[in-house]
Amino acid sequence: MSSDNVATEVLVLAEHTDGTLSKTTAELITAARILGEPAVVLLVSGSSGEASGGSSDATVDALCAQLGELGVAHVVLARSPEFGLYLVTPVVQALAQLVRERKPAAVLLTASADGKEVAGRLAVLTGSGLLTDVTELHGDGTATQEIFAGSAIVASRIITGTPIYAIRRNAITSQLAVPVQPEVHTVEVLLSASARASRILDSVVEPKGNRPELTEASVVVAGGRGVGRAEDFQLLEQLADQLGGAVGASRAATDGGLYPHQFQVGQTGKSVSPQLYIACGISGAIQHRAGMQTAKNIVVINSDSTSPIFDIADFGIVGDLHEVLPQTITALRERAGS
Amino acid sequence: MGKPLDLVVLVKQVPDSGADRVLRESNFTVDREASDSVVNEMDEYAIEEALRLKGEHGGTVALLTMGPEQAVTSIRKALQMGADAAVHVTDAALAGSCAVKTSEVLAAALGTLQWDLVLCGAESTDGQLCVIPAMLAQRLDVAALTGARQLTIADADSTGERVGTIQRQTETGYQTIQASLPAVVSVWDTINEPHYPTFRDIMAAKSKPVSTLRLADLGIDAAEVGFFGATSVVTSVVPRPPRGAGVVIDAGADAGAKLVEFLASRKLV
Ligand SMILES: Cc1cc2nc3c(=O)[nH]c(=O)nc-3n(C[C@H](O)[C@H](O)[C@H](O)COP(=O)(O)OP(=O)(O)OC[C@H]3O[C@@H](n4cnc5c(N)ncnc54)[C@H](O)[C@@H]3O)c2cc1C
Repeated sequence: MSSDNVATEVLVLAEHTDGTLSKTTAELITAARILGEPAVVLLVSGSSGEASGGSSDATVDALCAQLGELGVAHVVLARSPEFGLYLVTPVVQALAQLVRERKPAAVLLTASADGKEVAGRLAVLTGSGLLTDVTELHGDGTATQEIFAGSAIVASRIITGTPIYAIRRNAITSQLAVPVQPEVHTVEVLLSASARASRILDSVVEPKGNRPELTEASVVVAGGRGVGRAEDFQLLEQLADQLGGAVGASRAATDGGLYPHQFQVGQTGKSVSPQLYIACGISGAIQHRAGMQTAKNIVVINSDSTSPIFDIADFGIVGDLHEVLPQTITALRERAGS
Repeated sequence: MGKPLDLVVLVKQVPDSGADRVLRESNFTVDREASDSVVNEMDEYAIEEALRLKGEHGGTVALLTMGPEQAVTSIRKALQMGADAAVHVTDAALAGSCAVKTSEVLAAALGTLQWDLVLCGAESTDGQLCVIPAMLAQRLDVAALTGARQLTIADADSTGERVGTIQRQTETGYQTIQASLPAVVSVWDTINEPHYPTFRDIMAAKSKPVSTLRLADLGIDAAEVGFFGATSVVTSVVPRPPRGAGVVIDAGADAGAKLVEFLASRKLV
């Protein structure tokens, strides 16, 4: 089947946990359609022989059904018992093998830390160019990226090899498609010895409660040094829960122990692009703005009217967050009650 | 103390991230003269970590920089933190190199040096690519320990093999990753707190050896790198369109209600 759609097939690396595709995967599929026909790569641990029956097959079926809902006609099931045992490299080998076999027009993956490492290695292995943190993709292969903490927008085109694009999350709005029954093609991935260099001994998920993932959330309520005390982050958590959002923090807040490091937003933290970003007690340093200024709506609560964060506010309140947040929580509760 | 460690730290000169940065109109590269250049902040954490390891295991710390002639100022500055020597890869033909080609040049330069561990920052404030460490590991065919917030190197075992272990910072927590040396390690700013150089260190840095490597020394063809060898081309650069001016109000008893009104007007509640 790979020979039918040689020139316009676009490989998309799916992300999934516990049998559910990430929201970003749908965004990648939409982006892939700009360039051609998406063929989605699902990485599954276990070889087809040993994983027959049981939950593993059910998981694969569930994922394929979700891809069908997204209108994906071609699914490539890449199996290896060793995915998850070694850092990044097994994924790279799987994609390199597929690029060789299927000669796609491009490869799309998520611009997460892992995704960018995979993209970089794949570029080296396949002799290709890559663009990371892509925010927009055009039919001629031109991709846009933001540089200098988001202050400029660069358009570029890859001119070497099989173009590899790592797409920024939340940048492309996923579009509905006509559901189909996907055709599933299975490949076994064989790892070379050097793909086994970095062993994953354990993976620890630090508790984040049941709020949405920061990078995927459509609302982010973020706090900075101005929150003052760790326990006052509860005000932000309360507001985030009312809005169905996630909680973020500035580096001053995470360095100061007010909130866990994994929630840091900015150049050295996470990049978020939500519908709504509420910045509380954050001054708006360029390194912080780098991670949030593509938010569609920005609300600022800060006691100092000269803080640079007000420059990018759609709605700003000059005042003490310890007063404004409880007022807001009450006003939202009243609105919900009425 | 076990066998000493030879450490190389990649150091990049970048325009100051706190200042306005400028791209040249003619070829869309960073105008490094128009903005103040500094050592990439994240690289200071890599230098600090290398110095810590040297203190623990003995050995040497060398800095490796690819950049224009004037990057030597940043190299001297970085040497003040306490590294022993530096290597500067510089060649007019390198201007405009993409990440793929940069990793090729750096890998070739590393091929001329002795090392057990290459350390670097997990990202740079100008290009933000984060891909160089992984690309280097791929090219050098050594292990990658990327995104470390903690690093330990065990003494060599009876076979002489040494193992590095990191806590790798992930989006949801961390992973423990282990690999035999040689390896490439990239570090986040959570790994340590870089120290300020002492007056003695600052004076000592002036006379530390800085050697220069040209493309010819690395056996790389000038046409393969720089603008002409780049794997991607920039077609336009535009400043981000400014956000429409927002509304700013002073807090009062009804500030919360006004905020909710704003959210409702944008259909956010
Ligand atoms: C290499 C490097 C990387 C970095 N990466 C990041 C990053 O990823 N993310 C990041 O956030 N920073 C990052 N920084 C740090 C950044 O430069 C700033 O220091 C940091 O963002 C400041 O955090 P802040 O706004 O919370 O604190 P401050 O700048 O101290 O601002 C606190 C704000 O709170 C306000 N405030 C005080 N009390 C109240 C109150 N009661 N009510 C309302 N407002 C109040 C003040 O008016 C002030 O504006 C980085 C720096 C470097 C050098």
